[in-house]
Amino acid sequence: MPALIQHPGYSESELRRVEEKLVCRESQVSMLLSIFGEYCVFLSVLVLLCGHAATSLVCISLSLSLSLQLPHALLNCVECFTSRLLFEHILNQLCAHSPSPDNEFSSHTRCDSFNDFIRLYRQLADLQQQKSTTYIVLDRAEALRDMDANLLSGFLRLQELVGGNVTVIFLSEIVWEKFRPNTGCFEPLIICFPDYSKAELQQILSLDHHPEYSADLRHLLSELYSSAGYNVSLDSSAVCNVSVPPWCVSAKESDTHRLWRNIEPHLKKAMQTVYLREISSSQWEEMQQKEGELHLKGLSAHAHVELPYYSKFLLIAAYLASFNPARADKRFFLKHHGKIKKTNFLKKHEKTSNHLLGPKPFPLDRLLAIFYSIVDSRVAPTANIFSQISSLVVLQLLALVGHDDQLNSPKYKCAVSFDFIRAIAR
Amino acid sequence: MSKRKSKENCLTHGECISQAQRMLRERFCHQKIPGKPFGVESQHKHLLELLKRTAVHGESNSVLIVGPRGAGKTMLLNCVLNELLEVKHVQENVLQVQLNGLLQTDDRIALKEITRQLHLENVVGDKVFGSFAENLAFLLEALKKGDRSSSRPVLFILDEFDLFAHHKNQTLLYNLFDVSQSAQTPVAVIGLTCRLDVLELLEKRVKSRFSHRQIHLLSSFRFKQYLEIFKMQLSLPEDFTDRRFAEEWNQNIKSLYEDRSVEDVLQKHFCSSKDFRSLHMLLMLALSRVTVSHPAIKPTDLLEVSRLCTMDSKANILHGLSVLELCLIIAMKHLNDIYDGEPFNFQMVHNEFQKFIQRKSHSVHNFEKPVVIKAFEHLHQLELIKPMEGPSVRTQKEYQLVKLLLDNSQIMDALQKYPQCPTDVKQWAASAFG
Repeated sequence: MPALIQHPGYSESELRRVEEKLVCRESQVSMLLSIFGEYCVFLSVLVLLCGHAATSLVCISLSLSLSLQLPHALLNCVECFTSRLLFEHILNQLCAHSPSPDNEFSSHTRCDSFNDFIRLYRQLADLQQQKSTTYIVLDRAEALRDMDANLLSGFLRLQELVGGNVTVIFLSEIVWEKFRPNTGCFEPLIICFPDYSKAELQQILSLDHHPEYSADLRHLLSELYSSAGYNVSLDSSAVCNVSVPPWCVSAKESDTHRLWRNIEPHLKKAMQTVYLREISSSQWEEMQQKEGELHLKGLSAHAHVELPYYSKFLLIAAYLASFNPARADKRFFLKHHGKIKKTNFLKKHEKTSNHLLGPKPFPLDRLLAIFYSIVDSRVAPTANIFSQISSLVVLQLLALVGHDDQLNSPKYKCAVSFDFIRAIAR
Repeated sequence: MSKRKSKENCLTHGECISQAQRMLRERFCHQKIPGKPFGVESQHKHLLELLKRTAVHGESNSVLIVGPRGAGKTMLLNCVLNELLEVKHVQENVLQVQLNGLLQTDDRIALKEITRQLHLENVVGDKVFGSFAENLAFLLEALKKGDRSSSRPVLFILDEFDLFAHHKNQTLLYNLFDVSQSAQTPVAVIGLTCRLDVLELLEKRVKSRFSHRQIHLLSSFRFKQYLEIFKMQLSLPEDFTDRRFAEEWNQNIKSLYEDRSVEDVLQKHFCSSKDFRSLHMLLMLALSRVTVSHPAIKPTDLLEVSRLCTMDSKANILHGLSVLELCLIIAMKHLNDIYDGEPFNFQMVHNEFQKFIQRKSHSVHNFEKPVVIKAFEHLHQLELIKPMEGPSVRTQKEYQLVKLLLDNSQIMDALQKYPQCPTDVKQWAASAFG
């Protein structure tokens, strides 16, 4: 492959290393390198990299910093959610201090406010006498908006405030327009990273396959994943890669139809579980090691909840009470009912089904009335039944509407969906 | 790094280029003074007069420099200060205190910073003061020269002045202006702000002590001058080491200046924002394309760079969505059309999506509900959807009302550009009734 990234300021070997790690991102990397300028040139401009999470933003920053050995500090704004954490992390990384048992996991210096940060940074810069630019990379920069108000504007102007060479790079999924503070700010240079095209995606996926597969097979598999509509996003494609056990892909490579038939049930299962993070990928791999069908217990409530007999009926009664209008009760639950006249009001609002708007609150009496009518046997209204209602509330399958102290006539709302009810009704 | 095999004036082509790059980048990014800022001669004179009166004649003053972001307030101030400090008497005598509203978020911090910048930490030591005023008076007293006849003039420069007005009781401002009104020490209080209504923010007692002197920097130059500025910013100065290279470069810039397409690009930029910063950004990007193999800026470079600067990032995001997420957005678009922009919840969107899947779709797979919820949440994370109220435990997340933050035209544009968009999805989007 011809060398795609060229830059006079950096050595060939360094550039090749970067190129190997970052596939299909040559043009973006070249552009970044050209903006950063040569090694020791003091330049700084503030950059905002904008793009989907899966477009290797962090990867690029890391590679550039590590492979090209530029002094940098990389931090995640969601992790460092207070200003003190943010500043201390930056200072720690810039002076290569890492919290360890030796220094009792303390940071280099205590830094509370932005003022202190600037002062300490200047001291550090004087000490270190860096000729090249220092890079501070802030990942998930949208979290900065929710922190102290001066942080975002301050970091945008960091070069001015510090008076030295520092470039701040913001990485974010959110567009810049949503970041801008009220009175305006220093406008950064915005570089949008495009998402991977289908061809690039196939190229990346094919790097990740089982080493025994030949190149053609890898290509074929990638084609299949993309075309099946399972390519919901890059994450899921990666999931697809993991999901297919090697023994499933037989030696008969050319028969796509059979290959697909083998793979499809695994993909489907993966979509339900690993993609939704209901089980972790390590659990998945473990399960794949053992051949044959295994039932997976996902994290969602469906699989886990075992309710006693009456509780199930109570929950179903609650669902019916929430989603059917009170007027219709008489019709559904009594053996002999009269005709119900449809008033004008009902006729107008027929279209909006309750199922779309959400559950409505109902009083306790109504719940009990429906409960008694759906339970076959005669049930005495003991404290047992009422305590089951309370435990349903604690399990958050029922929600209490209104004030906690209202013991007189509590109102409830059903907090589960139709699928759940169907699952327990079996 | 570039090999230094130079004899005196004979640098290689590569070195010339890197030196030119370095010089120009410094000009654009570090905002080093290129000479006077443009079109602000009267303001410059006014400010210089004022500061001279404080520095040389010992008269206290206060002034506010008001102008939109990127108009050159800091540049102007630095220019004036440089000129002022050329006078020997001033250089020895005058002290400067630079405060910034973003850094000193509290009056206490501000006071510590003032102490630090006046190098009076040792003098203050561990003293405890009753009030802010006492502390400030002590500091200024300590600046008096040995013979106690006169005190050294102090220039207080307050950047982001409007942020200081949000401090509790506006103590710092009150005291600074108070000192500038009473005849103790010659101080000049210079505030820089981007808000035109900054005086409304001041309390009555603070406003009365302020001299109400404002210098406005409104970029009032026209397009012709903008072009001149463009040429001047890109040209290499006279004292560049390699004369021949500098002349070639400047010749190239002159030809750019006369080029029609470049003028169009600059006109477009001028119409959207007049300030220097965006011009500098544009020039920076154009400059970064100059390499040894591509030694001069061409009009195509500027066109490319302009396109890069004005790229729509939301369209970029829409381009990268998955097919499922795109379908959800189209379902929301239909809901908006039918219900006239009223907020909707996930159940309604899912309902619309199901209708599409069952009736019209052949290519979109029927995903399960949890997968659809995950796609919906991804859209929420990208802030294409906004919840009407904060996250509450009261309603289940499928029933929480949300709003779509995209316009119909944006959606249709995105569909045009979406790679390999299934045709039934496109047709669904274009149809009037879901």
